[in-house]
Order: sequence, then structure tokens, then C-alpha cells
Amino acid sequence: MTPITPTHYMALAAALFTIGVIGVLWRRNLIVIFMSLELMLNAVNINLVAFSRQHDHVTGQVFALFVIAVAAAEAAIGLGIILAFYRNKETVNVDEIRLMRW
Amino acid sequence: MGEAIAFYSLAALILGLGLAVITARSTVYSVLFLVANFLCVAMLYVLLRAEFLAVIQVLVYAGGIVVLYLFVVMLVNLKRGPEDHADPRRRDRLGLAMAGLVFGQLLAVAIYAFWPSQATGGASATAARGIGNVEQVGHALYVEYLVPFEVASVLLLVAMIGAILLAKREL
Amino acid sequence: MIDYVVIPLVQIAILLVGVLTAVAYLVLLERKVQAWVQVRLGPMRVGPHGLLQPVADIVKLLVKEDITPARADKWIYTLAPIIVLVPALIVFAVIPFGQSVTLFGVSIPLYIADLNIGLLYIVAVASLGVYGTILGGWSSNSKYPLLASLRASAQLISYEVAVTMTLVSMILVAGSLSMVEIVEAQQAQGWWFVFLQPVAFFIYFVGGLAETNRAPFDLPEAEQELVGGFHTEYSGIRFALFFLAEYANMIVISAIATTIFWGGWLRPFPSVEFLAFLDWVPGWAWFIAKTMVFLYVFLWVRATLPRYRYDQLMRIGWKVLIPLAIANVIVTAAWKVLVAG
Repeated sequence: MTPITPTHYMALAAALFTIGVIGVLWRRNLIVIFMSLELMLNAVNINLVAFSRQHDHVTGQVFALFVIAVAAAEAAIGLGIILAFYRNKETVNVDEIRLMRW
Repeated sequence: MGEAIAFYSLAALILGLGLAVITARSTVYSVLFLVANFLCVAMLYVLLRAEFLAVIQVLVYAGGIVVLYLFVVMLVNLKRGPEDHADPRRRDRLGLAMAGLVFGQLLAVAIYAFWPSQATGGASATAARGIGNVEQVGHALYVEYLVPFEVASVLLLVAMIGAILLAKREL
Repeated sequence: MIDYVVIPLVQIAILLVGVLTAVAYLVLLERKVQAWVQVRLGPMRVGPHGLLQPVADIVKLLVKEDITPARADKWIYTLAPIIVLVPALIVFAVIPFGQSVTLFGVSIPLYIADLNIGLLYIVAVASLGVYGTILGGWSSNSKYPLLASLRASAQLISYEVAVTMTLVSMILVAGSLSMVEIVEAQQAQGWWFVFLQPVAFFIYFVGGLAETNRAPFDLPEAEQELVGGFHTEYSGIRFALFFLAEYANMIVISAIATTIFWGGWLRPFPSVEFLAFLDWVPGWAWFIAKTMVFLYVFLWVRATLPRYRYDQLMRIGWKVLIPLAIANVIVTAAWKVLVAG
């Protein structure tokens, strides 16, 4: 059996990223779209940590740490926007959130 | 050998749970599958010897961000399903084709970049592991990347204020 | 092979049996202590002085009818108590009960795993327990449990911040995240850390009371308030799991307080030679004794203090404990840089 190389981790990250992309493009529920976005960020993190392991340098993990911090900030704001929107329009279906003014 | 078993099983779990996230019929199920996905990714980090990041992943991502998602899902308690109004102008197949192209592109880059050096690639045995993982990350964070660290903390403060403002009923 | 597989399995088995028995008898102890505080006797019928009451309780809960509310989400309704119980039990893996014990010539450490990130692991796993609370209330498909679960989870995540901040200042003092090394740092220093960081211990204990939904912070599950909180609709074995999880959490908080603040398995005044005659008491006995003291304080506080209202509760968490904890971290860091180095 071949040893687990960074290529394996990159393939896994690519697949996870693709699943996230499918989620963003296909689903209509705004919250599920946000969750697919988180999947994509996780895929990026897996890549970064795999590179950090391969080059034996901790920078990749620090980068992944910052990605997690920024993802937290983005999730908070995004969900705040969803809540504010839901209070006005009573929907989270992306197809119905189309008008800038109503 | 053990690493291969761990990697393949974790990879199967991560991808399977990821598919479950985007295809679950109820949003709460999607959130729960997302938590399980993050826990499996944390296990993957442990496999990659990044223990600090694994625990931070569980603490921040699975224990904080997804709780936020769960709260919002419960507050957005809809009477009808969010996707009952299926817009007939949706381009499902085009979206799937684009996603397939993205995947193919990423895979091609990965294999091209690493194919010739697979003999020397892989998890290099880290002999110089005198200090632990936490100390390494801490040192890098506080010495080399101090400014991004402070900027990230300001970003989180701004995000907190913004979230509170957005969630208030009247300003 | 033996080191990695057999010994940990045996340790885990002993730990699970021990913890579950301890939890069952903690329930009895609570009823007894509350009764004595209120000048009555508590359970006395089942067994001598009521000592077989936990057995009766468990049998009752196990044979009860399995009721699921109408239109409740069946999977999540069953999953929620499990999600609360599992983190409470997993945390015991890193808690050191002592250094090591030699049986049949094999040295068995009295902890299942000495993670180099032990303290962070505890915080991370504890933050997963929130899910059971939220999902339990939501899946019951009933208004009171939903409101109570949202309140309880908001309380949990608020006090989690304060508790994590105090643990950060303890990491600064001890210089390590590993639980075993924290106790060894107390041994090397000769003083339990509580004498260096009394404020941190106070914040940790109050936060621990709030984290386990114990009085005076038990508004989300008090019967007089919200009909029983997020586990209103639960009965039988699922309710038993919620109950177990709450008391297991109490034991966890006490065990962590013992390890980090009160010297773990060290004897009192480990640096004073005069008291070296106390060394015949094994380390794990000191550990269990100190944990029992904290459990008693938990029960004592419940019998004594009145309940806080929800807005008072949140105000204490955010406006009092968190600033105090952050100030503690700053002062500790400054002391470490300027004085200790």
C-alpha cells in the first residue's frame, strides 16, 4: 500500500471543496449555502495543514488558525444578516431574496 | 499501515458526511452532519500531528460556529419547507458540471505538483520535534505573525459588535 | 501491545463503572444532604438508611414506558441525551487520579491518557455538551422545553467564556497544558495553585455551578420555573441519561478544580517536610477526598442559596465574571513577565 502522501490529502481537500461548491450552487436554503461555505473553508484548512506537515514548518497551521478565526467572524455576521432578513421577509430561500427594495 | 487505515476511513467519513450536509432533507440534520464532519476533520488534524489545531477546530468550529448555526436554524422556524418553491429556471445540471470542472482542475493541479516527487514526498519523519506542537504554534503566532494576530482580534471584535447590531430589533 | 491496548481498556472499564456508580450515589447523597440541611432524614426505606435507593431509582427509570411526543423528531429525540452524556464521560480520560500504581510488577498510570493538550481537550469536549441541551428542547416539539433549552444553552456558552479565561490564567501559571504536568508544577512549587490564584478559583467554581445548571443558576431546569426545562418531555431511560450527564458534569468540574487548583494527588502543603508523615495516604485517596469536598460544596450551595433570575444570571456572567477573568489573565501575565520570568 502506498504511504499517505500530501497528494492524498490534497485529493481529499479537492473533493471536500467540490462538495462545498455543489452545495453553494445547488441548494436554495441560505443557511445550507453558508454551511457549504464552511465545508469549503475546511477543505482549504486540510490543505494548509497537510503542507505544514510535509515541509515540517508550523506556518501552515498558523494560517489555518487564522482561517478559522476569520470563518468565525464571517459566520457571525452572515447569520446576523440572515436573521435580520428573515425578520423582514420571512424566508431564507435564495430564489425569493432577489429584490434590493420591496 | 495504521495511518493508511485511519486516513481512508476518515476520508470516507468526511466526504460522506459532507454529502449528507448538502443533501439532508431537514436543515437541523444538515447542521448535525456538519458537526460530525468537523469532528472527523479534527481527527484528521490529529493524524497530521497538528494537535493544537485539532482541539481548536473542535472548540471554535464544532463547539462555537455550528452552535450559532443551530440557533439560527431554530429561530428561523419556517411553517413551510424552504425549498417548496422550486424555481423552474434553476440550472441544476450546469451547476453540477461547473462543480465537476472545479474538482477536476484541483485534482489535476495536485497530481501534477506531486507526481514526480512521490518518492521523497509524504509525511517526512520529523526528527527535530523537541518542542511540542502548542509551543511551536504559540511561538510562531506571537513572534513572527504578531500583527496578523492583533488584526484578527480586532476583526473578531468588529464582528461581535456587528452581529449584536444586526440582531437587535430596533437600533 | 499490553501498554497500548490492554491497560487502557481495563482503565476505561474501571473508570466507567466507577463514574456511573459514583453518579448514582451522588444522587442519593444530594437528597440526603438536602434533607439534613432541612432537618429531615431523606430516603430511609430502601436498604439501611436508604443506601439502596439508587438501585431502586435505576430500576424504576429503566422499566418505564418509552414515550415519544407526537411529531417529535425521533432520531434527535433519542440522540440528545447521548450527546449530553458522552462528553461528560470522555473528559475523564485526561483527569489524573494519581501518579501510578504497581500491580503484578506492571506500572499502571492512574490516568488514561496524558495529552500534551489535556486542558484544551477538556474545554473543547465540554463545549460539545451544549448540543444535547439545544437538541433536547427542540426535538420535544413543545414550547416550554424549547424556550428552556435556548435559555440553558445561552447560559452554558456565556459561562464557558469565563471558565476558559480562568483556565488560561492557570495555564500561564503552570506553564503547560498537560494535566499531569500541572500537578507536577504544583509539586515543584510547593504550593497549591489556589493560594496563588484565589480569584481564578472563585470564578471557575461559580462558572462551574452555571455550567452544570446547578443552583443558584438552575433556572433553565427548575420545576417552579419552566415546568422542568429542556428535559420536560423526557422520561425513562432518556431522562436517566440526562440526569446522569448532569451529575457526571458535576464530578468533572470538581475533579478539574481539584487537579488544577488544589494539587490533584498531592498532600496538603507538599513542600513542608514536617507533614511528610501524611505520605502514607496514597495519592488517589487525596484526590478523591478533595473531589468529594467540592461535590459537597455543590450540594451545600444548592441547599442554601436562592435561585437567580435569568437576566441576573446573564448579567453576572457577562458583566461581572468575564471582565474579572480577563483582568485576572492580564495581571497573571504581567506578573509572569515582570516577576517570575
